[in-house]
Amino acid sequence: MDFLNSLLVQPFADMFAAPDFLMQVLWEGLVSGILYALIALGFVLIFRSSRIFNFAQGIMVVFAALTLVGFHEMGVPAWISVILSLGVMFVLAVSIERVVLRPLVGQPDIILFMATIGITLFLIGFGELIFGGENKIMITEELGIPTGEFIFEPFGGFLLLEQKDVTAVVVAAVLVIALLAFLNKTRMGRAIRALGDDHQAALSVGISLQTIWVLVWFIAGIIALVTGIAWGARAGVSFALEVIAYKALPVLMLGGLESITGAIIGGLMIGLMEKLFEIYWGQPLLGGNTETWFAFVLALIVLLFRPQGLFGERIIERV
Amino acid sequence: MMDASAGYVTEDGRQIGGVLMEMKNITLRFGGVVAIKDISFDIREGEIRAIIGPNGAGKSSMLNIISGFYTPSEGGVWYKGAPRPPMRPYEVARMGVARTFQNIALFEGMTVLDNVMTGRLTHMHSGIASQALWWGKARAEEVANREKVEEIIDFLEIQAIRKTPVGRLPYGLKKRVELARALAAEPSILLLDEPMAGMNVEEKEDMSRFILDVNDEFGTTIALIEHDMGVVMDLSDRVVVMDYGKKIGDGTPDEVRNNQDVIDAYLGVQH
Repeated sequence: MDFLNSLLVQPFADMFAAPDFLMQVLWEGLVSGILYALIALGFVLIFRSSRIFNFAQGIMVVFAALTLVGFHEMGVPAWISVILSLGVMFVLAVSIERVVLRPLVGQPDIILFMATIGITLFLIGFGELIFGGENKIMITEELGIPTGEFIFEPFGGFLLLEQKDVTAVVVAAVLVIALLAFLNKTRMGRAIRALGDDHQAALSVGISLQTIWVLVWFIAGIIALVTGIAWGARAGVSFALEVIAYKALPVLMLGGLESITGAIIGGLMIGLMEKLFEIYWGQPLLGGNTETWFAFVLALIVLLFRPQGLFGERIIERV
Repeated sequence: MMDASAGYVTEDGRQIGGVLMEMKNITLRFGGVVAIKDISFDIREGEIRAIIGPNGAGKSSMLNIISGFYTPSEGGVWYKGAPRPPMRPYEVARMGVARTFQNIALFEGMTVLDNVMTGRLTHMHSGIASQALWWGKARAEEVANREKVEEIIDFLEIQAIRKTPVGRLPYGLKKRVELARALAAEPSILLLDEPMAGMNVEEKEDMSRFILDVNDEFGTTIALIEHDMGVVMDLSDRVVVMDYGKKIGDGTPDEVRNNQDVIDAYLGVQH
């Protein structure tokens, strides 16, 4: 009876008793959710245009952030460092297309997936060689990101929003809207969607495989840099950051690999739910630290009922 | 009748223009296998040109050479009187050669309208920013392209399925959508790879009508590959016959029908 009480009644009672704290929890969840969504977006973009599951998206986040901090350490002004880092991400995109993807055109998906694991390992080694293995601090203030906090007093309580989190949310929202406009409205966007569906047909209507691949990997690089800055501002920049990329996997399972909206909603859902679960169920019932596994269990449960994910295209087989 | 520059007049009175594209001594090898052996023929402006032959004759390989998917081992393609350098398929497409595929290559997840719109990609030139903001030149361009696409959709009688994802359509309609996408590019040459394969009689009749109408209405030059002899003879102005990678006949349907080599290839010879 006690157990049922703390499972079904107490958490909700707590939520109602302290609505300001609930809002704080939801906000924290929203912020990490946005970052999960950003990483998932990188995956979706590359998957949609080339059917490649890009295992390297996580390390690209680390690599982009390290490059940025690295340039700044060399004495380059912060915003110039951002532009130089974008340049590096572009060079990376071109090299990946030239060296890895082009020779593997037409190979089975699993080979290309393996190749992205190769890219991951290479970037880890290369990154450590250049930037060293120790943790670094994101150049938050130098980039002009406000580091103060907003304090509200809803319901007579207390709610604290860190300004850098607010910035991250706003920037992410702008990025997502820009990306959606790009994919749905522009010629290139249409070409990207087309290429994901059928390479041969895409070639026949004048779409260049190489150009589009460089383009999507570059966009994934931009997304990685933004994610790296936002996450780095919260937790510092280190190779351990790569593991947050694995959080994108349950997001993708929920949202489906094809859908941008799915990636965003999936990211937000996972962010919010894992935070709520941790605070109201995890800590009192299970001793906490549930955030590390909650997302994966949730994804498993969803897959049990909808193998294509919540937003994936329905799998229809004609018999 | 076949004067190199002046063209000719068809039986039904259409004026056919000069040579638009010419294959000169094309040979294609895959390792030791010779798929096409020293074939030459031309395609004239405004005509419907068919390439026929039994299975494995090299017809599809020929079409793939024209559309840039294969590069010939020897010989070359001449376009509008000049030799065409080796090109990638998307470059050939941008030059004005559109094609369909034997086993249908459509963007299954996109709607019919979006699929046909991709055919207009080669006609879009405005900047990315103005496209994303739906502003200025991009807007005018998109509207113009959309008008053209709607015209083609009307023409091919697929208005009712404009917003349907292509993956849900039956085979015959998919073929028609693919034709629409190719037409949307306003190609100077339209290549059709077995446009009637796998269709029932009614669908075949529809498709034949559309091909003739396209040629008639837009003056599009069409080169097609087809198995169905009856269809080919009714449709085309001139026919190339291939067998085992070699050209065994070339001429009007009547000439080809009476060619002994062609009869042998199709009916078999007594040994």
